[in-house]
Amino acid sequence: MSEESTAEEVVEHGYARPMVRIRGLHKSFGDLQVLKGIDIDVKPGEVVCVIGPSGSGKSTLLRCVNLLERPTRGEIEVDGVVLTHRDCDLDKARRRIGMVFQQFNLFPHLTVLENVTVAMRKVLKVDKKTAVETARGQLASVGVGDKAGEYPARLSGGQQQRVAIARALAMRPHLMLFDEPTSALDPELVGDVLTVMRDLAESGMTMLVVTHEMGFAREVADRVVFMDDGVIVEEGAPAQVIGDPQHERTRTFLHRVLHPIDD
Amino acid sequence: MTDTLKAEPGPRTRTGLTPRQRRNFGVGGQYVALVAVVVIAIAVVDWSRIQDNFFNPDMLGKVWPELFTIGLVNTVIYTVSGYALGFFLGLLIAVMRLSSLRLNRLLAHGYIEIFRGVPALLVFLILAFGLPIAMPDRELPFPPYGTVALALGLVSAAYMAETFRAGIQAVPKGQIEAARSLGMSAPRAMVTIVLPQAIRIVIPPLTNELILLFKDSSLVFAIGITAGTADLSKIGNDLATEHSNSTPFVLAGLTYLLITVPLGYVVRRLEARQAKAR
Ligand SMILES: Nc1ncnc2c1ncn2[C@@H]1O[C@H](COP(=O)(O)OP(=O)(O)O)[C@@H](O)[C@H]1O
Ligand SMILES: [Mg+2]
Repeated sequence: MSEESTAEEVVEHGYARPMVRIRGLHKSFGDLQVLKGIDIDVKPGEVVCVIGPSGSGKSTLLRCVNLLERPTRGEIEVDGVVLTHRDCDLDKARRRIGMVFQQFNLFPHLTVLENVTVAMRKVLKVDKKTAVETARGQLASVGVGDKAGEYPARLSGGQQQRVAIARALAMRPHLMLFDEPTSALDPELVGDVLTVMRDLAESGMTMLVVTHEMGFAREVADRVVFMDDGVIVEEGAPAQVIGDPQHERTRTFLHRVLHPIDD
Repeated sequence: MTDTLKAEPGPRTRTGLTPRQRRNFGVGGQYVALVAVVVIAIAVVDWSRIQDNFFNPDMLGKVWPELFTIGLVNTVIYTVSGYALGFFLGLLIAVMRLSSLRLNRLLAHGYIEIFRGVPALLVFLILAFGLPIAMPDRELPFPPYGTVALALGLVSAAYMAETFRAGIQAVPKGQIEAARSLGMSAPRAMVTIVLPQAIRIVIPPLTNELILLFKDSSLVFAIGITAGTADLSKIGNDLATEHSNSTPFVLAGLTYLLITVPLGYVVRRLEARQAKAR
């Protein structure tokens, strides 16, 4: 802690420093403008759910937060570190930003336990014994403690996604990014993953979650952001954005998500 | 347009035969040709002389054990040392080929083009006869093993680099992204996450390369090796000359097959297993 909060720390006029601060974020792929000026703050301990139609730029936004995609323009600051600054040590900054992908992306050539220990060992240089202990604890806490010796291919999608969460948590992140973590799962496996995420939110983790699970957003999110076509259309408390949306685009989207059988 | 389609012949062709009849004629024709070749061979060739020259059982005793203790052993040493060098050099060149640095990509590309485009024999000749003239007071270690390993390694590295590159590109992008999101540097992600998966993917083609190299090691013939360092082909040739009989050639050939046929079988098994796993 003391080592990390030195020169890079930015304390603004006595406000609590936001965990995530996104200003004027633009991202283009060639001629295709995907993000057209995004501003978001996420306070420490806050859970923000990002919703919006497919192709609206939600994944791109999330991937810009840990700079898996380099923004075309704009500023990203996480935990006091300006990631878009050209001298920023991205590898170091990413250690404190966990990410969970739609397709799990577990390492298929490593066992479940090794999946969780590999970055602790190779990146944080934790000794083997400590890494294994931490990993076993993380795996147990997401309910897959008995799968440590298996290879990912032997696990169900829900178990794989929980291992992926344990893998990210083992790095002791200050921020967790989730990109539609339950979209690739069979419906009966979604609940286990959402339970883990709910517990994580209750433990005080700062979370930025792209999801189509409106129940989860309503119940767990402190704030919901509705995105369409590369801009934030509206944001606010879940009860407001999901329960009483102000914009036509939000209403259309929510209607489609909540009543998929109609029209 | 539609007119030309209508002009297509029906099941009966100009010869008045159905496709099935034509196929039967084709198969029958092949049998006739085969029988003709056998009949001519029996009539023309002096079989006792063929047997005496190529399949002479007396030669077995004269060839044993050098064919194995010297020939096979040296062939294996040449192959394995060349393969090991080619493996690591090929891996390095594949990574350079995919580097974000343009200079690395150019160097790797140039290397691959040169060593795939030039006959392996020429590489052997340059290393064995050209290099000593250019550097008279330096010598590759363990002559001639160092020279052979380097020649085979340089050539096979070019092929293996292309194989490795395909393997690396076959690893899903999400793997790199997951690794980077955990704070791994690009080289660390390559070594710890991508390469182990890439190598698994390319084990069948790499085993094929081992078979090719096993045979290519016979090129040492061209650089004038001594009796003690002779490979299978050279020993076969020496023994054939010594006894004025071609049976050692056949025995050398059978010894190659002893290795290459089982390896080929392994490759097909591995390929089948990967196809099934997909
Ligand atoms: N690497 C890329 N190259 C080109 N286009 C991309 C790339 N990534 C995403 N896009 C495009 O950006 C748009 C937004 O994609 P994405 O952020 O994945 O949307 P969402 O997650 O909201 O469905 C889409 O039109 C997609 O095709
Ligand atoms: Mg997406």
